[in-house]
Amino acid sequence: MSVADELIPPQPAPPVAAFRWTRLRILGATLLGLWIAAGIALVLWLVDAWDIDKVTTYGPKLLSGLATTLTLVGISVTLGAVLSVPIALGRMSSNRILSWIAYGYVYFFRGTPLIAQLFLIYYGFGSFRNELEALGLWVFFRDAWNCALFAFTLNTAAYQAEILRGAIESVTRGQHEGAAALGLTRFQTFHQIILPQAMIVALRPYGNEIILMIKGSAIVAIVTVFDLMGETRRAYSRTFDFQTYIWAAVFYLVIVETLRNIWEKLEQRLTRHLKR
Amino acid sequence: MEPTASLGGQLYWLASLFDPFCGPLGLLNLLPEGSLLSCGDTGWGDEVARGFFVTITLALCTLPIGLTIGLFLALAKQTEVRTLRAAANIYTTIFRGLPELLTIFMIYFGLQIAVREVALALGFESGFDINSFVAGTIALSLVFSAYASEVLSSAFKAIPKGQYEAGYALGLRPGKTMRLIILPQLVRIALPGLGNLWMILIKDTALISVIGLGDTLRQTGIAAKVTKEAFFFYGIACLLFLALAMVSSVVFSKIETSVRRSGVNR
Repeated sequence: MSVADELIPPQPAPPVAAFRWTRLRILGATLLGLWIAAGIALVLWLVDAWDIDKVTTYGPKLLSGLATTLTLVGISVTLGAVLSVPIALGRMSSNRILSWIAYGYVYFFRGTPLIAQLFLIYYGFGSFRNELEALGLWVFFRDAWNCALFAFTLNTAAYQAEILRGAIESVTRGQHEGAAALGLTRFQTFHQIILPQAMIVALRPYGNEIILMIKGSAIVAIVTVFDLMGETRRAYSRTFDFQTYIWAAVFYLVIVETLRNIWEKLEQRLTRHLKR
Repeated sequence: MEPTASLGGQLYWLASLFDPFCGPLGLLNLLPEGSLLSCGDTGWGDEVARGFFVTITLALCTLPIGLTIGLFLALAKQTEVRTLRAAANIYTTIFRGLPELLTIFMIYFGLQIAVREVALALGFESGFDINSFVAGTIALSLVFSAYASEVLSSAFKAIPKGQYEAGYALGLRPGKTMRLIILPQLVRIALPGLGNLWMILIKDTALISVIGLGDTLRQTGIAAKVTKEAFFFYGIACLLFLALAMVSSVVFSKIETSVRRSGVNR
């Protein structure tokens, strides 16, 4: 066995690897270059196609369509949140019949396309016109806006019920037991112990659901509600100018990205006690 | 109107032999003559069934294209090359952020304009019509690949680095390590997420009906307009989509068990 009696003198740090154009780097630069070129081309085209007449005619309409979209999504997501609570409770209930009804509801609304649900309500309820008139509900279902609101509320309630149920079930049993050991009532336990923890789990899925609803709400344009998509389609059918679609895309992307960033900030703030 | 016409009549004839609705052994033949859903000229059964097959074909055509693009995007997000990652992220941001309907319209009208311009530049007089099936497949593939790339790249992150290192230590080249070691594990991790995406894809195919593809929703819609039985026919459309979702979830759980069986028990 040998003993080292001489220390290795300190060595300089290894030299930084020289930059080399590997195949992946060339590919990456090309693809990113293509995106940038496409972006510049788009901006140049939009500047070139800028027509003050069209902007003053259709700009305000697009903005009012945007407001329609946001109102529709805002109301239906709020109403859906309210409706989702009994559904989630039904889903978790130990009563067989209740939980099966809730399961069937959720399965139907999550298993079929939103557009088919909207058609079922908007066109389909017309089949029951006499019955609805007798009940005085025809005034409500005659209007496309109301039908869209109704369909979206039912749809998002199903999705939100699943989010809520998943979040509540993710809270461990020990939390229930701890609350019971402290002598809290069932309502107190749910309200003070379970719900705050569940809401943090549910935060991200809720954000995704709102984004999905904003994107999904574009289909109301097909049943003659003039939301952002509807106004875009109307403007395109009058001008045959493709830039209306580009502007709609920009609007949608800005909304979705803004919402996503706000949600990320919110989540970071609300979960800061969980970070180590 | 007829999207499968270009694929050839033989395929359609072959499929009609095994048609579970209106074929020789079809379910709908059990209905009494003259009911709304019977086959042939009296009822709407065969029209709706044809739309149903268009829906399935569209989803099945989109799946491989979307998965392939999604895999390459996920690989791009995995690399250490910053420009490549940025390019992939821009793609995902755009196609996940746009409403599916808007993507469909933009592809449909955009392709029409592009093809017309190219045709004019080449000296053709009359424009070509863009097949709504092709436009739908492209649009859905773009959306599907953007979502799939997220699922796959999070699955990539779940595979420990040691797996790559073990592959290299065995003397496998990067390509072979990927194929033999990483991808089999990736499938196992990503399958539940991809199953969800498939369900979303099936539902998104209904949107292609707005650019005139005769899928389930459009065919039932035509039947609803003619017969004035809107609730009945749109209800049928919903039930068909539900049936598709149920069959898919059974198939996916079968695939999942078979994939899990091939894995090592840990």
